[in-house]
Amino acid sequence: MTLSYDDVIAKYEPVLGLEVHVELNTNSKMFCGCSTVFGAEPNTQTCPVCLALPGALPVVNEKAIESTIKIGLALNCSIAPFSRFARKNYFYPDMPKNFQISQYDEPICVDGYVDVEIETDEGPKTFRVEVERVHMEEDTGKSLHVGGATGRIHGAEYSLLDYNRAGIPLVEIVTKIVPGTGKYAPEVAKAYVAELRDILRALGVSDVKMEQGSLRCDANVSLRLIGAEKLGTRSETKNVNSLRSVERAVRGEMIRHAELLNAGGRVVQETRHFQEDTGLTRSGRSKEQAEDYRYFPEPDLVPVAPDAAWIEELRATLPERPSIRRKRLQEAWAVPDKEMSAMINADVLDIVEATVLLGSDPSKARSWWLGEISRIANDKDVAIADLTITPQDVAEIVALVNAGELTDKLARQVVEGVIAGEGKPSEVVAKRGIKVVNDDGALMAAIEKVCAEQAETAEKVRNGHLPAAGALIGAVMKETKGQADAARVRELLLGHLGQGN
Amino acid sequence: MIRNSASEMAAKLAAGETTSVALTQAHLDRITAVDADVHAFLYVDTEGALAQAAAVDAKRAKGEKLSPLAGVPLALKDVMAQKGVPTTCGSKILEGWRPPYDSTVVANLKKNDVVILGKTNMDEFAMGSSTENSAYGPTHNPWDLTRIPGGSGGGSSAALAAFEAPLAIGTDTGGSIRQPAAVTGTVGVKPTYGGVSRFGLVAFSSSLDQAGPCARTVLDTALLHEAIAGHDPKDATSINAPVPQVVAAAKSGDVKGMKIGVVKELNGDGYQPGVRARFEESLELLAKAGAEIVEVSAPNFEYALAAYYLIAPSECSSNLARFDAMRYGLRVGDVDGASAESVMNLTREVGFGKEVKRRIILGTYALSSGYYDAYYGSAQKVRTLITQDFTKAFEKADVLVSPTCPTTAFKIGEKANDPLAMYLNDIATIPVNMAGIGGMSLPSGLADEDGLPVGFQIMSPVMKDERMYSVGAALEAALLSKWGAPLLDKAPVLGGAR
Repeated sequence: MTLSYDDVIAKYEPVLGLEVHVELNTNSKMFCGCSTVFGAEPNTQTCPVCLALPGALPVVNEKAIESTIKIGLALNCSIAPFSRFARKNYFYPDMPKNFQISQYDEPICVDGYVDVEIETDEGPKTFRVEVERVHMEEDTGKSLHVGGATGRIHGAEYSLLDYNRAGIPLVEIVTKIVPGTGKYAPEVAKAYVAELRDILRALGVSDVKMEQGSLRCDANVSLRLIGAEKLGTRSETKNVNSLRSVERAVRGEMIRHAELLNAGGRVVQETRHFQEDTGLTRSGRSKEQAEDYRYFPEPDLVPVAPDAAWIEELRATLPERPSIRRKRLQEAWAVPDKEMSAMINADVLDIVEATVLLGSDPSKARSWWLGEISRIANDKDVAIADLTITPQDVAEIVALVNAGELTDKLARQVVEGVIAGEGKPSEVVAKRGIKVVNDDGALMAAIEKVCAEQAETAEKVRNGHLPAAGALIGAVMKETKGQADAARVRELLLGHLGQGN
Repeated sequence: MIRNSASEMAAKLAAGETTSVALTQAHLDRITAVDADVHAFLYVDTEGALAQAAAVDAKRAKGEKLSPLAGVPLALKDVMAQKGVPTTCGSKILEGWRPPYDSTVVANLKKNDVVILGKTNMDEFAMGSSTENSAYGPTHNPWDLTRIPGGSGGGSSAALAAFEAPLAIGTDTGGSIRQPAAVTGTVGVKPTYGGVSRFGLVAFSSSLDQAGPCARTVLDTALLHEAIAGHDPKDATSINAPVPQVVAAAKSGDVKGMKIGVVKELNGDGYQPGVRARFEESLELLAKAGAEIVEVSAPNFEYALAAYYLIAPSECSSNLARFDAMRYGLRVGDVDGASAESVMNLTREVGFGKEVKRRIILGTYALSSGYYDAYYGSAQKVRTLITQDFTKAFEKADVLVSPTCPTTAFKIGEKANDPLAMYLNDIATIPVNMAGIGGMSLPSGLADEDGLPVGFQIMSPVMKDERMYSVGAALEAALLSKWGAPLLDKAPVLGGAR
């Protein structure tokens, strides 16, 4: 019964609209001095201001304004010389003031764009996603509905409120409608959010962790018949907590809309909640009757009028655009596309670059971070960035290998040691007594011992059956606790058994 | 001793003729004696006040350098958060709430060792002109207990007029300091908007609210003004500039060569004859003191009241949304199975009084989509025009003057069911708030027809608050020599002292 995606795009043109909320990583909240650290005990990061006690007043966090202007500049926006905060009025228990301080008709950044490149049937193609506005607001608290089956408010026995999140600075980035993506709408949506995430991370203004909610995407999707002018009714999908989900949510909504329209029904304008397990959305709040938020300028705050010179100062601090940087690094390192994607997906680009800048060969740096170190991080179920090993450590290890002081195998032990907290590579080497045995006398002693123990195998080699040498080399390596250079062992062994040249 | 001015009390304390504990106890005794009749106080902090007084006495005994008002008692309007002390704003919805923090005004008072006696009655959330809108019953005017003491800060001015305190804090959104001062024969100042921090002042209308000093003399008011004023980083609308030199101005009281502008539109029809007579008389005295009296026109003032009753309710509808029973104050209907929404509804239904509800509904309507431009939007334009009127008028005059309100104190209950008549009481005070400038009311005598106090209003440009103190001090001195004794000596003797 389900339509195929091909059926949908044969008949309809999707139109996207994306709203991304970003929690800024400022130390304090948007309008008070409370800490913003994630995961604290409920209601420990609150004060009269963010609890909206009678008489408390908001004061704007300058750092949040700075971060927002940087975001605007990075997204090619104009920065308004004068913008204001407004109150968005509605009642909800997790919103202490029962209004949210936001920006309404005078946002701080307007009219920007983000170019995203995706792979199409005709090769790589760039789509321009236009940004309508970037504005500042504060986050709400969190409600935890206890009892009942769904964790939703309906059917819950009681609700708990945590105001730690209330007042965390949020930036909302709203695109204009994005037509013309055709069948690539899901990919464009995903690529846009990914690019945005990379830009924000490069700016250092947010943790951009979708799973923790520091970057949240609402995907608006509507369909119209191909060639039609008038936009279809849109749905707004919330709760999209990963890049993959962005793509799935858009695709899923396109199919859902098309089924409705094909059956002669209509799309209801509403909020929908994405469900990670099924990839489907379920109906939320209807937006057919637009809620009246009674916006008006926030009288407790003065307008934001950033100095032009300050804006230029901030512009000068902008980092290289992530997409351009990726291209530059890929060229400089001569990395194939697949490897490059692997590094991006594993989120090791920064760390590999840092390692290379410390003198390491790019391919070595890449293989350590993407290989052994990623594996350990996976085993421990932590992010690579959370391991104790640094680019300095890896660069040092690579240098030791290059100097012949470590073999690849020994280097792995050093990596393990560094991650286990045994110190810097040189310290691990010293503590563990790791060194390449390049004293031929010691090696010869081991070889003689092994050949005596495995006389039969030694005889085979002596008779010209060279593949049998592997077992003997392995035994010698074991005898020397892996500290020998296997190539040298082979050379000496074959010489010893009359097979040298 | 309680009939002294605050500066006289301060001088006696400094000279060691009395102690803050004795002075504080005298006022507590006075409150016990008369407040059953006046009902100026909602809460008397006997222990806290005496402890604070003892601490000041100890500091003085050690020879510490103290501020000019150290040890002098004060009455605090119940709209100001004071740590640990009940703060109700005259509303049931905040019954039992004790703030966990001090407002900046309270912090400044404590820093200056001013002794806080307790919290004074007010119209609920400062909405009213008679203190009849308090959920805890009205305050009575010490001049005539059957009459209103003005509002919303009727408790603070009545406490001054009844000698229950020599100093008081008020807040003024449309006249709530000046009109009560006028009808009780006391002095009240609304400083320039942003001159005194609003942090901890429970908001009625954020863009209009301003805390200010109240006392029985211009100098006392100036001393208190300097104690509470100054830039506060916790209030984004606080002005970052030095506090105007109001004490120096009040001490010199020099008006020679000053141009005093009489606002044509704030005098005439609708003003009680006795009010006009005292106003004219004051102008003559100021002229005699060396000021030049000129007439100015402010054509847009006639729209001020209408615009005010759109802006103030709009802001209040949003400011009062936080009273939702979730975190503090009253909670009604919290029974098994009740939703948060129903608890919010019931609490607000029961917790808010009629006038507060009227203004929330008015403001909600004025901000609604489709009506915003016609109501809130137009009102903001009027506000700009009023500010321009003031700017032009201040080109012709250093200060502007008018009667503070059109009438003397009316009877309790007289206008309670006629909100529009009540609103008209603030016709001369509201333009000041709309433009964010400074305004003072001081007594200009008694109206011949009813023997009740009349107020004289002085308005000064933004952050030129010292000007109204110069003029106020000059007029006060001239009136005092004319009367031979303070006006309050003519007030009836109350309660215990009878």
